[in-house]
Amino acid sequence: MAITRDEVAHLARLSRLALSEDELEHFATQLEVILGAVARVAEVAADDIVPTSHSVPLTNVFRPDEVRPSLDPAAALAAAPATEGVRFRVPRILDEES
Amino acid sequence: MSDLTRLTAAETARIVRDGEASAEDVTQAHLDRIAKVDEKVHAFLHVDAEGAIAAARRVDERRAAGEQLGPLAGVPLALKDVFTMEGVPTTCGSKILEGWRPPYDATVTRRIKDAGLVILGKTNMDEFAMGSSTENSAFGPTHNPWDLDRIPGGSGGGSSASVAAYFAPLAIGTDTGGSIRQPAAVTGTVGAKPTYGGVSRYGLIALASSLDQAGPCARNVLDAALLHEVIAGHDPFDSTSIDAPAPAVVDAARRADVKGMRIGVVREFAGDGYQAGVEQRFREAVDTLTDLGAQVVEVSCPHFTYALAAYYLILPSECSSNLARFDAMRYGLRVGDDGTRSAEEVMSMTRDAGFGDEVKRRIVLGTYALSSGYYDAFYGQAQRVRTLITDDFTAAFERCDVLVSPTTPTTAFRLGERIDDPLAMYLADLCTIPSNLSGGAAMSVPCGLAPDDGLPVGLQIMAPALADDRMYRVAAAFEAAYVDAHGPILDGAPAL
Amino acid sequence: MTVPTVDEALSRWEPVVGMETHVELGTLSKMFCGCTTAFGGAPNAHTCPVCLGLPGALPVANEAAIRYTILIGLALHCEIAQWCRFARKNYFYPDMPKNFQISQYDEPLCTDGWLDVESGGETHRIGIERVHLEEDTGKSLHVGGATGRIHGADHSLVDYNRAGIPLVEIVTRPDIGSAAVAKAYVAALRDVVRAIGASDVKMEEGSLRCDVNVSLRPIGSETLGTRAEVKNVNSLRSVERAVHHEVTRQAVRLDAGERIVQETRHFHEDSGTTTSGRSKEEAQDYRYFPEPDLVPIAPSREWVEELRASLPEMPAERRRRLTAELGLTEADQAAMANAGVLDLVLASVEAGAPAADARNWWLGDLLAQANAAEIEPGELGVTPAQVARVCQLIADGTLTATMAKQVFAGIVETGEDPDAVVAAKGLRQVSDVGALGAAVDDAIAAQPEVAQKVRDGKVAAAGALVGAVMKATRGQANAAVVRDLVLQRLGVDPATA
Ligand SMILES: [Mg+2]
Ligand SMILES: [Zn+2]
Repeated sequence: MAITRDEVAHLARLSRLALSEDELEHFATQLEVILGAVARVAEVAADDIVPTSHSVPLTNVFRPDEVRPSLDPAAALAAAPATEGVRFRVPRILDEES
Repeated sequence: MSDLTRLTAAETARIVRDGEASAEDVTQAHLDRIAKVDEKVHAFLHVDAEGAIAAARRVDERRAAGEQLGPLAGVPLALKDVFTMEGVPTTCGSKILEGWRPPYDATVTRRIKDAGLVILGKTNMDEFAMGSSTENSAFGPTHNPWDLDRIPGGSGGGSSASVAAYFAPLAIGTDTGGSIRQPAAVTGTVGAKPTYGGVSRYGLIALASSLDQAGPCARNVLDAALLHEVIAGHDPFDSTSIDAPAPAVVDAARRADVKGMRIGVVREFAGDGYQAGVEQRFREAVDTLTDLGAQVVEVSCPHFTYALAAYYLILPSECSSNLARFDAMRYGLRVGDDGTRSAEEVMSMTRDAGFGDEVKRRIVLGTYALSSGYYDAFYGQAQRVRTLITDDFTAAFERCDVLVSPTTPTTAFRLGERIDDPLAMYLADLCTIPSNLSGGAAMSVPCGLAPDDGLPVGLQIMAPALADDRMYRVAAAFEAAYVDAHGPILDGAPAL
Repeated sequence: MTVPTVDEALSRWEPVVGMETHVELGTLSKMFCGCTTAFGGAPNAHTCPVCLGLPGALPVANEAAIRYTILIGLALHCEIAQWCRFARKNYFYPDMPKNFQISQYDEPLCTDGWLDVESGGETHRIGIERVHLEEDTGKSLHVGGATGRIHGADHSLVDYNRAGIPLVEIVTRPDIGSAAVAKAYVAALRDVVRAIGASDVKMEEGSLRCDVNVSLRPIGSETLGTRAEVKNVNSLRSVERAVHHEVTRQAVRLDAGERIVQETRHFHEDSGTTTSGRSKEEAQDYRYFPEPDLVPIAPSREWVEELRASLPEMPAERRRRLTAELGLTEADQAAMANAGVLDLVLASVEAGAPAADARNWWLGDLLAQANAAEIEPGELGVTPAQVARVCQLIADGTLTATMAKQVFAGIVETGEDPDAVVAAKGLRQVSDVGALGAAVDDAIAAQPEVAQKVRDGKVAAAGALVGAVMKATRGQANAAVVRDLVLQRLGVDPATA
């Protein structure tokens, strides 16, 4: 199960991690070992087996459409690294999202 | 009163109820011990002395006013730093959350407060609960009270160490792959992972949402059961919370009898990689259960050997998504915002600086496993293995009431021993992971000191979903027999 | 390279349009928490640990949002899933608190339906691929650089009040063949959603937003061309403009033998043009997986049938019924439909307005106001109920026709109800004989020769005197009362005149 430094760099971009060159190399090596070990899940699980996403056999858990009190805006903003007025201040955004 | 820190939780609650000691005195005794001894152990990331004393005084006032106190009112408790607690620093052992004071209480936190327990502070943990040694904490490791050069287990090493070191009679942990049970095993304490959905996850900072479960840590089975009942039960704020009466675990712990119970020994959890001393104490534990009147059978769960592989795909996948919210925009650390860098750059720099190696490794691994083109081969297959493991449990529970195994293949290893070898570290959770994947209940109870190194060994008892009471029955019966024969295991721990 | 007109382009190329429409549901509380969905309010005042994505917080699905989604699916003739799950769509964006959106992926609640749309006198059946439920994001304000634009901005300010509002996404098949049908589809969809009560669909508040996928193919061809995905097209008029712009833009390239790049494009309301966003080559990998914090949805067949039985009459059926009841001719209907007022007229009649009056107001003054403002008549902010009320005020003599126009202008301007506008502007027809007497006397005194003609029996000449009184009272006099007064003063019996 080979995983290249470039693939790790791509994954790091996707997951917003500014990994250093050293980290990229190091993780590539380690991930290769880990992926080699976990790839054995392919050995046993045939396609006709239903995947389990939830271990509780629950369905249809809903809440009634009722308004509850929100946080005090001061509390909502209290932990923000930067604010302006009652808004969160964030660095410039590069592109609009779909 | 000799030493208020050596009492059980049940006994502590009783003396407070009966007025033999005030909750404030009990709390102060524990705070004093923490102040004196925790620099050696480092079980706590934050001690909330002021809040604890205030909570204790409220209990004393309620008693003075003639109010009926609950079964654990006035008992000090150590809370794993993975739960939100309003106004109290909550870090998950990570730099990225350093200084964050949540504006709300987790449901577990709230229930503990409402029951009159006194929260002493927040305990150390592997960063975002990723690890089996507490060495991945950004704030330095916790040391095992049995041997300060060894790991206390993880991720909840701080919680079990605080119980083992008499900083608190009770603690709360979380268990995603063994983070309550493995620390309990290596510190000679009791730790239980309830049925998934049995205890609310609201306010539990998620590692892997489909696996995480909060549970009690204690020095004996009855105390664990008492705490279990405080935190268990349906919560409308957690969609995965089971809307059914919580299992009667306190009754089960009091009953403490295994006569006629069918106990299955999992064949796959032995052999290669298992320390001889651990296997020996485990075999003796099984013999004890037989002596107590249980019927012991060997069962095979062939897919358990794939559990670790499935787990290390499901967990990183879910955690890569759960941890995406730590992005420097709304709370927590922000690095590199010099007025010219973009939000994307600031997010990436902050996450690189704020997360430790193991967290970054799992985020990258999970991102890979969920990527288009790899999803079916990795995440999809892992979810199928999860089905097979659940089927193995179902088949086994047709033949037995509970399953048993060693909790972890070895006793506490040395600090630093496995830190550079992720796969070796992952093996610590070999026996505990299947219950997380299936959602069943499981717990660890001490079963002696390994003859080869004199360190505690844990007996794991696994029960079907919603049959948490069964495992408490077995654990309590075993504990009674063990204490009868050898005395409480923690009496053998060094004084700190 | 000259840009062809739309008609030139359409003589060679056939557009193929598919729509993805997001509608904010009209629930009281958000999708996964109890925060209010009320529009407005101080920034970040409608937030809590759940919709701020605080560590530890968990979502619980709003029952009403699930119900509305199933109702929309049923109204669009969809299959309702027996069992389905929410999924996480993972991507980083500052206005999305968890950096994943809870949405649905390969298991939508509703699939395989259709909606019939009237356009150009024909019925077009638009295939509905899926209807699913998801959550909205917060809103960013871009500061510095060109006003409000993301490019060149210095930093942004985020308000999470809209984060977590339930959004239904309705995806059509590429069945739409013209800008007019695309526009008619959105209008029809809006009407369906309103009829169900799932949302009041205030497009000006951004509660209905369209992504329009446009490709061209040579007329007669069966193969699909490469499409552009135009984002954030937020009014009926914009849907039409966006399709037209893409038709000419793509035709230029195809005429020149170039290829169309599959990409996301942004629509600009001011210029009616689109510009390139991120191209799909560097497309996001959203890493969808089942949302572990929410359990599957398995609507029971009983519930689905109960909801089906509760569906109200759909707008298209209602239109057919009402036009038949009113005896509207096809030409009448077509005129009203083309002007975009047919449903408004019908609804006004349902609200109590006489059919002829409703028709005249909507096709006359109100349509003119809408055209002047370059909006659809339905976007004026005048409701059918208000039209009915104004008609009633005219009938009972409170308002003159001139005053009614002022009332409508006032409604558009202030958003107030007719009675409030009447009160605020002091618009009340003067019918009091005592109050009008002096003005009548002044008019007779000012035009003695006209007065004499009337006395001599030329009753028609009284009009000039009535006009003078109306002018003097700035239109507030009741013209009929004034005429009677003039005739009485000049010795003519109004009853015989
Ligand atoms: Mg969408
Ligand atoms: Zn909220």
